[in-house]
Amino acid sequence: MSRRKTDEEYRQTGAFRFFRWLSGSKDAYIDTVEMKPQTEAVETKEEEERREAEHKHAVEKAYDSNNRAIIVFNKIYRLVAAIFTVFLLVSLIYAVSYLPKIGDADNATSNEVARRYIENGVQETGAVNIVSGMILTYRAFDTFGETNVLFIATCCVMLMLMLDEKILEKMDGRDDRRFEPKSDPILKTMASFLCPVIFIFAIYILFNGHLSPGGGFSGGAVLGAGMIIYVNAFGFKNTQRFFNETIYKIAKISALCMYGLIGSYFYITGANHIANHIPLGKVGELISGGIILPINIVVGIEVACTMYAFYALFRRGGL
Amino acid sequence: MLVLTIMLLVFLIVCSVAVSFTKNLFNAMLIYMSFSLVMSIVWVILESPDLAITEAAVGAGITSVLFFITLKKIRAISLEDSDKHADNMENHKSETLE
Amino acid sequence: MGANLAANYVQAVAMVLFVIGFANLLLQKNLLKKIIGFNIMDSGTYLFLADMGYIKGRVAPIVTDGIQEVERYINPIPSGLVLTGIVVSVSVTALMLSLTVRLYKRYHSLDLDEISMLIKKEKGV
Repeated sequence: MSRRKTDEEYRQTGAFRFFRWLSGSKDAYIDTVEMKPQTEAVETKEEEERREAEHKHAVEKAYDSNNRAIIVFNKIYRLVAAIFTVFLLVSLIYAVSYLPKIGDADNATSNEVARRYIENGVQETGAVNIVSGMILTYRAFDTFGETNVLFIATCCVMLMLMLDEKILEKMDGRDDRRFEPKSDPILKTMASFLCPVIFIFAIYILFNGHLSPGGGFSGGAVLGAGMIIYVNAFGFKNTQRFFNETIYKIAKISALCMYGLIGSYFYITGANHIANHIPLGKVGELISGGIILPINIVVGIEVACTMYAFYALFRRGGL
Repeated sequence: MLVLTIMLLVFLIVCSVAVSFTKNLFNAMLIYMSFSLVMSIVWVILESPDLAITEAAVGAGITSVLFFITLKKIRAISLEDSDKHADNMENHKSETLE
Repeated sequence: MGANLAANYVQAVAMVLFVIGFANLLLQKNLLKKIIGFNIMDSGTYLFLADMGYIKGRVAPIVTDGIQEVERYINPIPSGLVLTGIVVSVSVTALMLSLTVRLYKRYHSLDLDEISMLIKKEKGV
């Protein structure tokens, strides 16, 4: 017999906390993890004067023309660095001159691994583009780790540059955009022509990753570049109508989880010789290639989110 | 084809040396941008079109944009300082005038 | 000197790029220029790697006309490795740039010597 949960009981469940965290009304880590709220750096006049004086002193000390020790050290450092660089150059070019001739077919690098990828790749992965097929099926976990690197890099940049929401509201219009025209007619007109073309091209690259050059990484980068142009022309307020922090979180985390799930399924079935139930489709058609098309889309979303997040964090301090 | 390849490679070296010797940071970033664009043509010559698309979007597009915003942000921080100084000076002046 | 320097000229250029980037890292004082030098070093490494897979007279590894012979396509492995490397390098660059912005906010300088002087002063050495 089921009964309706009361509001008090619902508040105790994990689902409530998860959705509260997702919508951003309360951080799940507040009161549980020790945190220091970021505040805007405010300098009084005295502090600023002291800093200026210190700065001047430090510059004088660093480039002191009377301090013999520093001059001698700088000279020795430059000399040693130059000698080391020349030594490195000579030794590297010496090593290159003994490498096998580039362009020969029977080099050590074109061994049986490459032969296997080329001869059986189309039958085993269903992708016409061998590079895409290779990095997304045979080496899918390598690429998964690399997608994680993107995720972690965004987290680190957020730690460095993200500002509090209240500060952002207070700073509205007085960030670094205040020194440039707010609605530049040239930029706006050109962006309204260019943005749709760039978005469509990006989606074309994303969806044709297994048929032509391109794939998740390049398509995602082009998509991110298109979003950067859109933000530059129309401002953050317009962009937040279709891409804000909540959508960013959902897109990024679900994309990474999807990749993990698809990759693990593929890995487990492949490693244990279990039948793989993903159809490869007819080679050369758009809906084909087994797991390559979904993984391409997922990676593309991840890369586009990363690129846009880098730009927004550098520009504004928030998404 | 060989001549084109050698020209592009020489251009790469010239660009990287020019970056090292440019005093102006903005010029250095522009030169790095052209370096990335030429790099993407070199990828096409080396028969790797996947790399060419990625390099053109990432290297010449997004990395350069990130460099430009960083430079702008740094200039904005120093402009903020000079604004504060100007305000302080104005306050000081008005006080002394009164 | 070995005999293959003339044939491996692309790799020699890659090594020159690597060394120029490395010299930038060692000798430049400006942090932004150091980061550009790091990126040039990256490009040199990628050029070296991708050139390893190049084979004369063959085409890009995209199956056309159903021909699946090794004699037609270049080696796809270095391309795949470099493809992931390029995208990682942009995130590394973004991380370094964000650190630079934070350093500038704190010390109001891009010069590494000045910054280290100021840090020493803060510690009271």
